Amino acid sequence: MEGFPILSLMMLVPLAGALMCLFAGARAARWIALSATLVTFGLGIALWSNYQIGGVQWQFTERAELFAGFSYALGIDGIALMLIMLSVFLMPVCILSSWEAITRRVGEYMAAFLFMEVLMIGTFAAQDLFLFYMFFEAGLIPMYLIIGVWGGDNRIYASYKFFLYTLLGSVLMLIAMFWMVAEAGTSDIPTLMQYSFPPQAQIWLWLAFFASFAVKVPMWPMHTWLPDAHVQAPTAGSVILAGVLLKLGGYGFIRFSLPMFPEASAQLAWLVFGLSMVAVVYTSLVALVQHDMKKLIAYSSVAHMAIVTVGLFAFNVQGLEGAMIVMLSHGLVSGALFLCVGVIYDRLHTREIARYGGLSINMPYYALFFMLFTMASIGLPGTSGFVGEFLSLAGIYQTSSTVALICTTGIILGAAYMLYLYRRVAFGGQTNADAAAMPDISPREWAMMAPIAAAVLWMGVYPESFLAPMRADIAALDARIAAAAPQSDAALAAGTPRAAAANALPHRQSAGHASAEEGAH
Amino acid sequence: MDFGHSFALVAPELLLSAAGLALLLVAAWGGDNAARAIAISAAAAVFGAGIMLVPGLHVGIDGPATLAFGSLLKIDSYALFAKALIYLAAIGALIIAPAFFSSAAAGSERGMRAEYPVLVLFASLGMSIMVSANDFMSLYLGLELNSLSAYVLAAILRRDTRSGEAGLKYFVLGALASGILLYGMSLLYGFTGGTGFVAVREGLGGELGTGALFGLIFVLSGLAFKISAVPFHMWTPDVYEGAPTPVTAFFATAPKVAAVALTARVVFEVFGGQVAAWQQIVMFMALASIIFGALGAIGQDNLKRLLAYSSINNIGFILLGLAVANAAGAAAMLVYLFIYVVMSIGSFVALLMLRDNEGALFETFADIRGLSVTQPAIAWALLVFMFSLAGIPPLLGFFAKFVVFQATVEAGLVAFGAIAIAASVIGAFYYIKFVKVMFFDAPADVVTGRSGAAHWVLLGLTAAIISPLGYLLTRSLTDLADKAAAALFLVP
Repeated sequence: MEGFPILSLMMLVPLAGALMCLFAGARAARWIALSATLVTFGLGIALWSNYQIGGVQWQFTERAELFAGFSYALGIDGIALMLIMLSVFLMPVCILSSWEAITRRVGEYMAAFLFMEVLMIGTFAAQDLFLFYMFFEAGLIPMYLIIGVWGGDNRIYASYKFFLYTLLGSVLMLIAMFWMVAEAGTSDIPTLMQYSFPPQAQIWLWLAFFASFAVKVPMWPMHTWLPDAHVQAPTAGSVILAGVLLKLGGYGFIRFSLPMFPEASAQLAWLVFGLSMVAVVYTSLVALVQHDMKKLIAYSSVAHMAIVTVGLFAFNVQGLEGAMIVMLSHGLVSGALFLCVGVIYDRLHTREIARYGGLSINMPYYALFFMLFTMASIGLPGTSGFVGEFLSLAGIYQTSSTVALICTTGIILGAAYMLYLYRRVAFGGQTNADAAAMPDISPREWAMMAPIAAAVLWMGVYPESFLAPMRADIAALDARIAAAAPQSDAALAAGTPRAAAANALPHRQSAGHASAEEGAH
Repeated sequence: MDFGHSFALVAPELLLSAAGLALLLVAAWGGDNAARAIAISAAAAVFGAGIMLVPGLHVGIDGPATLAFGSLLKIDSYALFAKALIYLAAIGALIIAPAFFSSAAAGSERGMRAEYPVLVLFASLGMSIMVSANDFMSLYLGLELNSLSAYVLAAILRRDTRSGEAGLKYFVLGALASGILLYGMSLLYGFTGGTGFVAVREGLGGELGTGALFGLIFVLSGLAFKISAVPFHMWTPDVYEGAPTPVTAFFATAPKVAAVALTARVVFEVFGGQVAAWQQIVMFMALASIIFGALGAIGQDNLKRLLAYSSINNIGFILLGLAVANAAGAAAMLVYLFIYVVMSIGSFVALLMLRDNEGALFETFADIRGLSVTQPAIAWALLVFMFSLAGIPPLLGFFAKFVVFQATVEAGLVAFGAIAIAASVIGAFYYIKFVKVMFFDAPADVVTGRSGAAHWVLLGLTAAIISPLGYLLTRSLTDLADKAAAALFLVP
């Protein structure tokens, strides 16, 4: 595979599909989109199987000096590989979920999704700072259209909010990038990851990048665009938004903020911790009182992504690995939960929780899948959610037990709102006649749920498959940031050993006491 | 003075003048029936003049060999680059005009007037002189030749009251600005004893006295009017709205390029020693144009007015490159100008294609509702232009902002750049409103007319350049712009 431009090919296939979809009829567009995404997924599998674990850090590199000011440079490490796999895995599912739900302007819809796929792969594979920015930012256009054209009733407001929020966040990052490139003299990401910027400047650069990634993740209080965007977007739009686009923020932290500005990351970790703690508790409580299923899952996303951010800024291997697994797991699980909402939304055209009830009676298979994903979202052992959240929280516990304590309440609250949601939708009596008449999931819906369910279980039972490619990269990152790691309150400190055992009683040789001692025996 | 050498340098201008005079005669005898042929010949003449620029642009020329007519003109790479852009815009304005004037959009005066192409030729000639001026006299000569042609062009639909109003407004305010400029020039002459750029520069020495400072400010204000930078922008929306759309397309492109190029030449070659004196003025105008251009556009319902504010907004970003006050900034400014010209021509061509069966034009938001369903090709092209104007990658408009902001940050003006880029988000609001109306709203279904091949070709071409494919041009574009900017920074 050496020298074969597989990453470019993975972007070219959906791009060609997108252009074809623009001119194709509805039926043809669906099939073109499905085959393009499946071919890309196939290429993704080839990519993973040819990725050499323990090989050089950057593999499948490509470089061409096509543009002025920046170069077309691609290449992936294990972290990027896993996120690319997540993207290409979710895309066919998205296309399938829109198969019947989208009836208007199908060609343009499929084209928008395929463009989105190109941009997502490009973002994760870019090795040039500005190329990354281009892919990162270009995603606004298709997503704006997806929300605005095929969204719900309040789609205009949601699309504007999404667009302007994200744009404002990222333009400051661009200014910071210019400064970095002027300072370091290169826009090559691997080189910049080793470059030491002056600590004073790092703070500003970090804040500029933070503005962008914190909106994208999203972190409290920049999260308000997310519930609106999720609620209004079509099902597949929500899946891709929660599944991949939110991960761009986390990827940004792990690729840029941490390795490029380690000192600033350490100094400002309190900010990330503070916002994340608020997010975990506050958004979980907000999720608890939602009447709209999509909104509930959207708020739960904010809470889960907060676990990612604390894990990232824990400055140790466990935290980083945990954050990555939570990202992957959340990508699958929240995507799947949005699909679950979409399945019943397609039948009843409402997201109101109260309009459903007792679905496990008439839709047993659906209830089964929904249960699995609910449990994965809560973090039940055996599912992917457990692995990630456990590692993440174990990581942060080493740095700050207070943060760990508060973030762990998120697991409990998560169980509360997810189980409450599940009870209201799937259990209880069949109060609504129309909900009770809904048919169980179709083969098409099986085809989109079953692979995700399998992946969730695989990641829960044998996470090593997913951790192995990332291990060396995370170790390298940990080595890079270790010097700057903040003071931790839970680190083990070697004390002076006691002379005697802690429970040893004072031993006296007087006669009176000796008899008492023997009596005690 | 070697006249042969001088004439060789101004060969494109000579061609334009000769063609203009000849076509004027044809117009006098042939009348409006010959208008189409005149337009084609005029476009050919401009194209020919453009071809003459190619060798010099390619090699990059500067130094004393580029001075013509006793240093009145300076035909260096910088002038060539600006001229190439001006000619491109003029050709665009000539191509799109006939279809417009022969349709119902032209009101009761159907049929293109034969003077239109001739006036465009003379305006281009004036702009050519402007950008190659090396003396305040030749500067003023070129400026007025351009302005007088432009006043007439704005009012060319004589029975249309809006067109007449636009012409009159443009004339009155333009004359005022010319007066201000002239006053500034006379002050500079009084304090330095020369009108040549070199003479004034040497006369100013290191320090600016109060009188010379006034001269500088008056000159800059006069020029700011011509480029419609805030706070001298008030005429722009009215003139753009009232003038016939092909004329508006012309105004938004060629004169802007000429005036910006001229401003840059004046500030660098005349006031190059007093950067601190004008840099803050330009910085203020840049920021103010970005912010007020964007805020003004938000409330607009008329698309032409909106594009007028958008051009004010864009001028702000162009001035950002100027404010950097180094060769990188000037090169960035030139790159921006090129991309701006292409985007503007493209958007105006798209506006010209919004017509009903009779050919009458639509120009409000209400008319383009749901355009993506009824006229998908136009809607997608407009989407490309609008996102590009907003500076969203991967469209070429992002590259324009990219080079400008890169130059700003590299020169150390980080806070200035940060404020400007944050203000650019305000602009994104109305550009995405365009997209929202076309793509999200229910179709109004009034745009039913068909457009000619010329429009489609121009639309396709500009959209292809603005699409990500345009990035393949960026290497040669920046190379040309670097050469041009380098010519500007040779100490005389």
